[in-house]
Amino acid sequence: MEQRYLLGNEAIAHGCLESPVDFVTGYPGTPSSEVIDVLRSQKERSYYIEWSVNEKVALENALAAAWCGIRALCTMKHVGLNVAADPLMTSAYTGVTGGLVIMSADDPFAHSSQNEQDSRCYAHFAKLPCLDPSTIQEAHDMVRDAFPLSEELGLPVIFRPTTRICHSKGDVRLGNIISSARKAEFKKDPRQYVVIPAHTRILHKKLNEKQSAVKKRLVELGYNTCSVRGKKLIVASGIAASYVQEILPDTVSVMKIGAYPIDESWLKEAVRKHESVLVIEELAPEIEEQVRQVAGNMPVHGKKDGYVPYEGELSLPVVAGIMVKAGVLKKNPYPDAVPVPNLPVRPPILCAGCLHRAMFYAIKRVYKDAIYPSDIGCYTLGLQLGVVDTTICMGASITVASGIAKSGEPHDVICTIGDSTFLHTGIPGLMNAVYNGADMTVVILDNRITAMTGHQPNPNTGLTACGLESIPVSLEAICRACGVTFVETVDPYDITGTMEILKQAKSRKGVKVIIAKQLCVITARRAGIKRGRYMVDPDTCTACGTCIKFGCPAIERTAEEKAVINDLCSGCGVCARLCPAGAIVREVKR
Amino acid sequence: MKKAGFDILIVGIGGQGTILASNILGEACLIEKRHVQGAETHGMAQRGGSVESHIRIDGKYGPLIAQGTADLLISFDLLEALRYSHYLKQDGTIVTNSHLVLPTSVFMQNLEAPREDAIIGSLKKHRLCLLDAEQIARDAGNPLSVNVVMLGAASRLMPLKPESLLEAVRRSVPKKTIDVNVKAFEAGQAAGNTCT
Repeated sequence: MEQRYLLGNEAIAHGCLESPVDFVTGYPGTPSSEVIDVLRSQKERSYYIEWSVNEKVALENALAAAWCGIRALCTMKHVGLNVAADPLMTSAYTGVTGGLVIMSADDPFAHSSQNEQDSRCYAHFAKLPCLDPSTIQEAHDMVRDAFPLSEELGLPVIFRPTTRICHSKGDVRLGNIISSARKAEFKKDPRQYVVIPAHTRILHKKLNEKQSAVKKRLVELGYNTCSVRGKKLIVASGIAASYVQEILPDTVSVMKIGAYPIDESWLKEAVRKHESVLVIEELAPEIEEQVRQVAGNMPVHGKKDGYVPYEGELSLPVVAGIMVKAGVLKKNPYPDAVPVPNLPVRPPILCAGCLHRAMFYAIKRVYKDAIYPSDIGCYTLGLQLGVVDTTICMGASITVASGIAKSGEPHDVICTIGDSTFLHTGIPGLMNAVYNGADMTVVILDNRITAMTGHQPNPNTGLTACGLESIPVSLEAICRACGVTFVETVDPYDITGTMEILKQAKSRKGVKVIIAKQLCVITARRAGIKRGRYMVDPDTCTACGTCIKFGCPAIERTAEEKAVINDLCSGCGVCARLCPAGAIVREVKR
Repeated sequence: MKKAGFDILIVGIGGQGTILASNILGEACLIEKRHVQGAETHGMAQRGGSVESHIRIDGKYGPLIAQGTADLLISFDLLEALRYSHYLKQDGTIVTNSHLVLPTSVFMQNLEAPREDAIIGSLKKHRLCLLDAEQIARDAGNPLSVNVVMLGAASRLMPLKPESLLEAVRRSVPKKTIDVNVKAFEAGQAAGNTCT
């Protein structure tokens, strides 16, 4: 047994190797991405692994592998489970023979997400078991054991860590990595795998009949426990259970919920040993609703009476405050600390030399008063540049653009979408816009990588998850095949040429596509591509502020209001082309 | 309430190497066979934004340090030291790089640029150790090892043996850069011993 200091996601990946897993799929999404990143970079692999095109594709591939009797893992972030919801709901009916673990990482406080949905609700909805770790060690152990659990129950298991598990670190006890000897075999059984009405009605009944056995088994396995120490009970789950443990008085009972569905009779018996209950969980009142059902007349505190917030994430001081309000703790041991006010913010920004900034600049110049739907990726940061008017979910830039264009709204519509997002769920929207005759422009920001989540390859990159060469898709050909006649590829660093193409697009009717092609600066740097840096000639600089407004972190303003270029410059040269005085020039090597 | 462990908050700007610094501290805890918990910023927030790494030595429960309770704040940027100073407990210590990178928001939104002397003035409410980590890193042979210089400078304030930390540096950095990082750590240590 080995002890290591690991990121939660690294520990989860290790748990899968100990199981061992045979088949891995997923689509990157914070905070889930590192699990596949760790698994795909293992030197020796006895499993198949892929980055899939989207979460629905990923889950269907993994489900098929589990139908062949091997162990499959499918990873995604919480909102990815919406995309995969179609196969998810019916996978509970068909069940699995090999273990299938669906990791859906939740993001309370939406650190890097468009919403705060709770994957436990999906498990409830689909009637699938769900494991909810409260520490990194538990996450490691749970995912390792989730595969045999899935096989035993014959059901996919949803594994739901949150950001504070995935992106926390801790000392973790690890087991040995084993290589798999399982052989895939698909045993034909149409009654199980062909969900025509006659079959699915029976499958639904069987799924319902299974539920009470599932609940009993989860209690037996020790995922849900109650330690009776007094008349007051705190029920907690996930990372909130860790916060409770840290400050819990000795005389208060604690119930920890690590798995769903919860067995009602067990819950009722444990709750009824107390006089009052406080339920502390992040996001949805999943446990609280059940506790209220079994508590009878006993007072229950939680979200529904305003003790615990529905939104955001919990923390030690917040949990302590809740415990004080519920009379479990005398006073909050954490001081009221106030941040220093009015400091200039430092939000994440597009990198120096990022193609998106150049493209956004050109778009704003040519399409001055347009509406700018956008999408999910690094380029959402274009919000700071005033060129992102909407984002809702993956692929929705194109559909929102066509909806606005078709609504009768008189302004031009030009939307932006990244290459990976376009391939994920953008294509049907493009086809729809052409088919239904929308007037709009689509800009595909093509940096050939899924950058924001940590530079995962996609079908446009020319590499698989394991680094094998693949045939890159042709974005041009896809767009033409959708019926787009105006498809132009530009280099956004060539700002003048790019603006010329944008003007052409603006003057035409129908759906126009512009593909802005340039490597992500981070991948370019890693690939050893070096461009000379630029500098400002202070004598020529007129302090007009044009380059400052471009918003590149490599350009700073001096005390004399002039511009100066710092070490972050990656040599894209866009600012040199923008400077009306011609004051920005290539740095001369000394 | 009496705190069990020792809580360190490392802050900086995405790309300055806070994650490696946290890995080194975690490794040092493993060497001394102590529990450790941590939390850090990943994903979108890393793109040049303000980032934080929590490390809780002897931590057994949650990974997050509560505001007003950190024992030690290590900052790779002067402005970020001030931004996170409310995390520090009353008698805690700040070890910070004296270098300041102005956020792009200052130029884009025409905000008033914070003045270094004013920031230092505010930080002096706490015990403060200020050092030019860029210069120390450059002198030690690698301008990119600011993070390791800062750990070295703060090392005497941590409940970890210097030899554990040094071994953790060796284990955590890329093999080719071990020598230069060991030098950076030692140079930071020397600077930390003399800073007030």
